[in-house]
Order: sequence, then structure tokens, then C-alpha cells
Amino acid sequence: MKRKWITFLRIIHTGIVNFIRNLSLAVAAIAVMVVTLTIVLFSVIANATFTNTIASITNRIDISVYLKDTNTEVQNQNLVSKITKLPNTKSVQYLDKKTALQRYINQNAGNQALLIAVSQTNNPIPATILVKPNDLNRIQDLKTFLSSTDNKALQSDEASYSGDRKQAIDKITGATNTLRKIGVTAVAIFTVICALIIFNTIQMAIFNRRDEITIMRLLGAKTSYIRGPFIVESAIYGILAAVLSLLIINGLFLASNNALQATSLGLLDINYASTFFSENFWKLLGLQLMVGTIIGVVSSVIATRRYLKFKTK
Amino acid sequence: MILLDRVSKTYNRGLGPSLDRISLHVEAKEFVIVVGQSGAGKTTLLRLLTREERPTSGKIIIGGIDYDKLRDKDIPLLRRKIGVVFQDFKLLPNKNVFENVAFALEIVGVSNKEIKHTVPKVLEIVNLTGKEKRMPMELSGGERQRVAIARAIVRQPRILIADEPTGNLDPKHAWDVIKVLEKINRYGTTVLLTTHNVEVVNKLKRRVVTLQNGKVVSDRANADYKI
Repeated sequence: MKRKWITFLRIIHTGIVNFIRNLSLAVAAIAVMVVTLTIVLFSVIANATFTNTIASITNRIDISVYLKDTNTEVQNQNLVSKITKLPNTKSVQYLDKKTALQRYINQNAGNQALLIAVSQTNNPIPATILVKPNDLNRIQDLKTFLSSTDNKALQSDEASYSGDRKQAIDKITGATNTLRKIGVTAVAIFTVICALIIFNTIQMAIFNRRDEITIMRLLGAKTSYIRGPFIVESAIYGILAAVLSLLIINGLFLASNNALQATSLGLLDINYASTFFSENFWKLLGLQLMVGTIIGVVSSVIATRRYLKFKTK
Repeated sequence: MILLDRVSKTYNRGLGPSLDRISLHVEAKEFVIVVGQSGAGKTTLLRLLTREERPTSGKIIIGGIDYDKLRDKDIPLLRRKIGVVFQDFKLLPNKNVFENVAFALEIVGVSNKEIKHTVPKVLEIVNLTGKEKRMPMELSGGERQRVAIARAIVRQPRILIADEPTGNLDPKHAWDVIKVLEKINRYGTTVLLTTHNVEVVNKLKRRVVTLQNGKVVSDRANADYKI
């Protein structure tokens, strides 16, 4: 046990000493890892920002169900409670005729002519149920429910999920799905590219020191004793690269914070990127450390393998 | 201590064998010199003994270990029992003199305290005291070879194999190296030395095995260099 412990400490110590002695090689490898990990981190943040933007857009979409003036309050409340119980219903808001009118006036505050016209008639706005769905893709369920004869009898007009609005909702749904897929694919692709580049870099670094491995082998060193320090070295590469890439992104956010606040990119909520980064800093650090270390360790294990083989013929 | 029974090694079937049915028996504590021209098979013989290569046919037994029954995972254990001095030194470039010698002890799990006690003693034997912190690049050829010897003997192996250890050295340094090998042999280590150096062979007056075209053509005690 004591001997194993001595060996373990020696492997760690040798790995650190080798890292320092091969600093020029290490700097090159770490630089490549920093660039690739930064790209991955950037794509993760970009993906989160896109997802957030999509969520905030879909959150604004609701379906209005217009009710007949002849309905009793009980009938309306019954319909509200039935819609609330539907599985795809996120929230339901019931507006009686008065509230619906007030909302209409607020929404059209700039249009004086329209407001005058409305004020001169007996409240033309029907009582309305505003339904927010959980998933825009499953909006059809709600539509089917509202189209049933009983429920249709209570409605003064087609629900707002129709015509132009239907097209807009469908377009947004399609776009959000595509964007989500693109985001996830981009992160996956960048991670794979990152892994390959890092693997190649570490393989080159170990290739330069293949003679060292052969010599150790000839002297009777066991595989784990030869490989151990290389793994430690590669893990140090991974840890430093992860920390540096996070610092770079952090620096970029700090430097461009004011600029970002002043920038309007339409619906894309760029500030969310900064918020997401600071809120998930430790998680992202952990993720980067994990990715950097795992890729480093796996690469060094694979790269040393070929020089550790014994001749079989 | 070392037994080779009709050992052959063929690298390329078109070129014929590098070693052709060699049989050799070396007793414990013997000092045997293997001579032969370039391409005679000296290095191949040593590579077989260190299990860098496997024989095409024949049997090798060293220190009671039958190579036929040796599993890959046991090869490091075998190599720890044999000290090897390579012609091209094979020092670890990123380790200094002390660390290169200490490495041989580290891999067998010797404590730091014992390493600090043993390594200076061995460096003293090979006259390298005071050069512990030097890196291999900062040493002369003779000094590098002596580091390699120190590393090979620090574990006090029962067998020491030296492949042309004087090949890259001037006569003075070459003789220093041979004197170290003789000293180790006096302490009880079996030494197998390959060399080209006529003067070394003639001065040592030991058993000389001559290889030619992969075959043992002579095996004489207290012999001179003769091909």
C-alpha cells in the first residue's frame, strides 16, 4: 500500500515537473486547447441565448377565445375551468367584457379615431379567454377542443388561432424548432472538432517524446508508471485551457458589456448571454474543466498506447 | 544464468537470418565479451535478451525465466532484473543525471530516502559526483555513458548487458567505462559485453564469443580479439 502511494505521488510529481520542463510544447498545446474550448463555450452560450429568445417569443403568443355576449357567467367559467384542465394549457386568463374593453383601449392607445369610435358604441368587445399553451407544437389539441359543437356554441367568433395569426404561429413554431436543432448540432459539432484538435495536439506533443517512452519501457517501467505523468501533464493542459478560455469569455463580456447594452439586435436578447454566463459561471467552469480534462486524459492514453506496445513477433 | 538454445531471428525472410541457431551458456558471475563485425548479430542478440525482440525459433532462459512462458505484463519485471547499458546511452532527456539514475529505483517503488542514499554512492563509482544536476545535453559522451552505467547498476542486477558501451568514446574514457564494468563483475554481477574495441578485448583477457553472419564461430576463454 505504501509503495503504491509512493508511486502515485511520484506520478503526480513527475507530471508536474515534466509540464514545467516541456513548457514550450505545453504553451503550444494549451493555446490550441484554449481556442477550441473558447469556441465550444461560445457556442454553448449562443445556444442558451437562442433558446432564451425563442422561449420569450413563444411566451408572448397566446390564443384568444371570444365568448358570446349571451353566455351566462357560469357557462364562461365552466369553459375556463375545462380549458385550464387541458394538458397543454400553461395558463388561462379570463377577461370579462369590461376588462376586455379596457385591454383593447390600452392596446390601441395611439389610435384616437378608433378609440372615439369604440366609445360611441355599446361595448363591442366580447368577453375573452386568453390561453397560453405549454407547447406551440401541440396547439392542435386545443383547437380540436374548442371546435367541438358544445364549446363552439359558446364562442362569438373563431378562436384567434386561425388565418394570419395561425400562419404566424406556425412560422414561429417551425423557426424555433429549426433554431433549437441548429443550436444543439452546432454545439455537438464544435465539441467533436475541439476533441479532435486537442487529441491531435496532445498526440503531437507525445510523438515528440516517444523515445522517452521507449527508454522507460526498456528500463522496466510499468505501463501505468510511464503513462501516468503524461496523463497528469495532459490534465494540467486541460485545466489551464479551461480556466483560460473562461477568463477570455469573461473578459469579453466585461469589455463589451456597455456596447451590448446599447446594441439592439431585434428580438435577440444579447444581454441574456451575459446574464446566463454570470449565473452559470461555476457550472460552465465545471463543464469546461470536465471537457478539457477528459479530452486531455483520453488523448494521452490513446497517444501513448502505440509506444507502449510490446513486440509480438 | 543465461541460456540460449538454438536461437534464430529472421527479420526479413528474403535476407536470411540475423541470428542462426545460436547456442550459448553463460554462468553466474562470468564476464563474457561478444565480438563480431557490424551486422554479425551482436545487437540482435542483446535485443533478444532484453525481450525487445522475440526469437523466430529457439529457447531463451535468463535467471530462471523462460522467455516462452513470459507474458507481456511480466516483461517490465524481467527488465528490472537485467541492467542494460545501451550504445546510444538512452538517457531520459528531460531528467538530470541524478533523476536518470534514480528513475531505475523509482519504477520499483524504492523510497525517496533510500534513493537519496543510494544514487550518490553509485554516481561516485562512475566518477560523476558533483554532476548530479547536469542535464544529459550538458555532458560529454563519456559522462553520458557513465550515467547509463550508473543507471544500469543502481538496482544491483544479477545480469548486466552492455551493448558497445565504448563505441562512442575516446580510448581514455573507453577504458574508464570498462574498469567500471570489471568492478561490477567483481561484486558478483554477470556481465555480457559486446564490443568492437580490439584493445579492450585483448587487455581484459576474458571469455570471448565471436559472431559471424549470425553464427557463433568461436567461443574461447582468456582470449584475444580474432576474427
